[in-house]
Amino acid sequence: MEWLTRLMMPPAGSEYAKEIDFMYMGLFWLCGFLFLTIVIPAFYFIWRYRHRPGRVTPHVTHNTAVEIVWTIIPLLICVAIFFWGLKGWMEYAVAPGDAMEVQITAKKWLWQFEYPDGSRTINDLHVPVNKNVKFVMTSEDVIHDFFVPDMRVKHDIIPGRYTEVWFNPTALGKHVITCAEYCGKGHSDMHAVLTVENDADFAKFLETGGTEWEDYFNGKDPHKTPADWGRVQYETKGCNSCHTLDGTKSKGPSWKGIWGKMETLNNGQKVLVDEAYVRESMMNPSAKVVNGFEPIMPSFQGLLKENQIKGLIAFIQSLQ
Amino acid sequence: MDHAIAPATRIGDQPRPKKNYLNETKGFWSWAGTVDHKRIGIMYLVGVLVAFLMGGIFALLVRLTLLTPSHKLFGKVLLTAEQYNRVFTLHGAIMVFLFIIPAIPASLGNFVLPLMLGAKDVAFPRLNLFSFYLWLTGALMAITAMVFGAVDTGWTFYTPYSTTTDGPVTLMTLAVFVLGFSSIFTGLNFIATVHKLRAPGMGWFDMPLFIWGIYSTAIIQVLATPVLGITLVLLVLERSFGIGIFDPRIGGDPVLFQHFFWFYSHPAVYIMILPGMAIISELIPTFSQKTIFGYRAIAYSSVSLALVSFIVWGHHMFVAGQSQLATVVFSALTFLVAIPSGVKLYNWLGTMYQGNIKLDTPMLYAISFLVLFAIGGLTGIFLGTLATDVHLTDTYFVVAHFHFVMVGGTVTAFIGGLHYWWPKMTGRMYSEAWGRVGCALWNIGFNMTFLTQFFLGSKGMPRRYYNYLDQFQPLHAFSTVGSWILGLGLFITAAYLLASLRKPMDAPDNPWNGTTLEWKTSSPPITHNFEEQPVLEREPYDYRPVLVAK
Amino acid sequence: MSTTSVDLHTHSGGHAAAHADDPHHQHHFTTMEQQFDTSKIGMWLFLATEVLLFGGLFVGFGMMQARYPREFVEAHTHLVRWQGALNTVVLLISSFTMVLAVQAAKKGDKAKQVLFLALTILCACIFLVVKYFEYSHKYEEGWLPGRFYSYKGDSIPACHAAPPGEAAAAAPAANAVPCTNGYATFFSFYFMMTGLHGFHILAGIGVLSWILIRAKRGEFSASYYTPVDLVGLYWHLVDLIWIYLFPLYYLIQ
Repeated sequence: MEWLTRLMMPPAGSEYAKEIDFMYMGLFWLCGFLFLTIVIPAFYFIWRYRHRPGRVTPHVTHNTAVEIVWTIIPLLICVAIFFWGLKGWMEYAVAPGDAMEVQITAKKWLWQFEYPDGSRTINDLHVPVNKNVKFVMTSEDVIHDFFVPDMRVKHDIIPGRYTEVWFNPTALGKHVITCAEYCGKGHSDMHAVLTVENDADFAKFLETGGTEWEDYFNGKDPHKTPADWGRVQYETKGCNSCHTLDGTKSKGPSWKGIWGKMETLNNGQKVLVDEAYVRESMMNPSAKVVNGFEPIMPSFQGLLKENQIKGLIAFIQSLQ
Repeated sequence: MDHAIAPATRIGDQPRPKKNYLNETKGFWSWAGTVDHKRIGIMYLVGVLVAFLMGGIFALLVRLTLLTPSHKLFGKVLLTAEQYNRVFTLHGAIMVFLFIIPAIPASLGNFVLPLMLGAKDVAFPRLNLFSFYLWLTGALMAITAMVFGAVDTGWTFYTPYSTTTDGPVTLMTLAVFVLGFSSIFTGLNFIATVHKLRAPGMGWFDMPLFIWGIYSTAIIQVLATPVLGITLVLLVLERSFGIGIFDPRIGGDPVLFQHFFWFYSHPAVYIMILPGMAIISELIPTFSQKTIFGYRAIAYSSVSLALVSFIVWGHHMFVAGQSQLATVVFSALTFLVAIPSGVKLYNWLGTMYQGNIKLDTPMLYAISFLVLFAIGGLTGIFLGTLATDVHLTDTYFVVAHFHFVMVGGTVTAFIGGLHYWWPKMTGRMYSEAWGRVGCALWNIGFNMTFLTQFFLGSKGMPRRYYNYLDQFQPLHAFSTVGSWILGLGLFITAAYLLASLRKPMDAPDNPWNGTTLEWKTSSPPITHNFEEQPVLEREPYDYRPVLVAK
Repeated sequence: MSTTSVDLHTHSGGHAAAHADDPHHQHHFTTMEQQFDTSKIGMWLFLATEVLLFGGLFVGFGMMQARYPREFVEAHTHLVRWQGALNTVVLLISSFTMVLAVQAAKKGDKAKQVLFLALTILCACIFLVVKYFEYSHKYEEGWLPGRFYSYKGDSIPACHAAPPGEAAAAAPAANAVPCTNGYATFFSFYFMMTGLHGFHILAGIGVLSWILIRAKRGEFSASYYTPVDLVGLYWHLVDLIWIYLFPLYYLIQ
């Protein structure tokens, strides 16, 4: 009956999906049978007992035994189905401890994914095949819902809270992610693509830090320049807790107008603020400390991807 | 001594009284200020049918927009996404609040309940009229909201979308608030009537099952609707004053809104189906000419459905973020609430067994109900089952399920009841031939439209979607064509029913050989319902012949 | 099984009836007693709806209290106990005078009916006057609902969110001061619940006044005192709701 399952369900993207399909088909046959216990007698009766003038019908008001039977049997069937559903649901409800965690931020009308190493993508989810992956989700505005039909999972995404859902994908390739809680004008456009790939491809994907940065470097959108991407890093990687943009001295030097300046270090040396200097300041900050500041800046070695570094450099350059 | 055996309920048709409730008084104010439950029932009937027409037009628009992924009709985009969102919201809100919740109780119920009880009117006739004007006020407020841009929140008004979107959300919400009070007062009226105005000799278990159904519905109307009322007030205040209960930006909990909302709205779906089942409990014995099988079981199941309906609301929220314990408990209780409905279906079949079945139009609709409600109810099992619900919820599977129970169930029963009591209300018989045509188109159109949607849903098509993936287009197109056939069937039904009004009043008192008290008075009834206070002398649904002395 | 056969058509003069026809007798009822019993059922059902209406607010309050326990306890201290207690006493007295009014109506004692109904109305007015003083004090101090909350003396500062309809800001900056909405929510519920209750008191004053006028006209006696009885039931419920509101808002500390 594979064809029937394929008729009614999307492709099965995981073992769990196959279990759900089995349950769905089981309910389909059971309910189909119960449906026939209603419909066949109904149609048989309207033929067999069609009206004949003068016929007198028996005055049967009830039959306690029969009524008890057709109450108890459905009750038992319902109890059984409840436990069957509970079993499957318990598997869905608690993510395994070893699951890789991906954070999802949903907002009208796009999906933002953040991977364990800090990479971020928009509408583009990559996961390694045959590994547990768990999603920790929140919304920035209204309620959304993360629905992956091929995996048979969904859960609402609620502003002001975190919710979770997980799966273990077994089917390589692309799958649909779609929002399943009405959220306004763009609700039906709020799609993302799930790419299930082998470990090597997934590692390569992570290396470049996701794909969001590409929009800032391909020159297509005048509002998305490398400097804009750098501003995003400035605001999200912690730079703004020590460096201001308006010239005010904080725990670190302000970035306003420093590009191309000759900066005096705490050992009296002078150094040009150029790309090499900025890179070194991020990776090995205690190598050169500006005069009047403490050597407290942490290293960002391994925490910034190449595109993020390039963005920051472009951003600083733009702050004349 | 000669004697003849005559069917128990055949009374000689009385000479038709010249004055009846329709013509005894004339003029606009004799209707606008009436306290006659029959006239109020007719006014409600006209009102809810107009609402049904409005909601139906919006439904056709929705389906038409979804015919193709481009949303184009004759080269022009039919609706933009924002317009579409408003149209499906209005379709839901009008159908739920203006049509289906009041429909059977306030129109057929108002007309028939006192007659069946052998009473002259409901307990509080003036309150009855007031309920009607509340309905009308709510309807006008809703129409005003539509004119001023309409709302795009979905009929469920989930926060924080509903507290932050623009449009006359407050006005629409208050319209529903007013409609809620109409429902409460109708329910209150019916409960008091059933308790105190039964004919002499009519104990609780001598009442027709239609009364049990309306009574159970009234319990829900009285107990659940106030909670909707306060929920809507909280929503309006949140939107206007930022009180901080539902909007997370100001410290509220959006899931709390869902709990409040569904605490009413789940029992509300039983307000919708119980009257439908109540009608079926009248149609099946009458058209089988056989006593109802399992009277007490059906009566008890009606009341137990009303009560259990209050403790299953969380099954609308399995993936909404409620606690896991709550989720499990609600699923278990949901299976419990399935049992009384199943019991009724088997009782109705037991009534038909060894009956003497006439397939007049009301019975055709009753059979349709059995089939369509069976599908609707059984698909509820997929949704009550936790693991499958996760996949199916928020998809077209749910849309199909609730249309099967509400439309395939309640509306089918409503149309059947309308035909059944049409001669009583209007004094005319409609055309049986056209009745068959209408019923056939209803079934074909309905199944084409909605069976398809189960497949759309299980394949992953979410609900409230304007755009959809190309792979879904064939199913959407098929569903849309079904909606045209459904619409045609309803149009034909309306046409022949209205056409019957041009005939002279020639309907017999008891065209169907029914046993309940409304058939013991003329068609249409006199204003005071009965010439003499009827006294109940037989069990309900007793088709046994009596010995008649000649 | 009764075999009563009553001509339902007319009540024209000359028709011998078992009872002298009371002008208040509605003719879909066979007896005044049936009418009275039915009216009482109707009023009890209406009171049930009121309980559920207020019940929703009580539940909402409970949920928000669980969310903001500290703020709710602190906000309670801004309510003046003696004013709440005074209002409780006033309403209890009004319920007592109401009972006396019903009894007087049953006996047909016009003077006493008018007196006790007037006293009930007076108590209700006193209640509203005390409420006015409470509300105006709250207004002065800035203890107002939702986004109108402006009191500055809380231990945790209150948040001031963007007005509804504007886009939500991104995640707050790392060094933002934590703030709370708990106080504003408390007062939202305070005003909603006491306000809804106050509205019912006001409606009660209206209905009581109408009953007072009818009592003055001598409409009520042992054979017909239904409106007084029903209004009495309503009034007792309004009192009862306050009995729940008072400890919830004024006594929890």
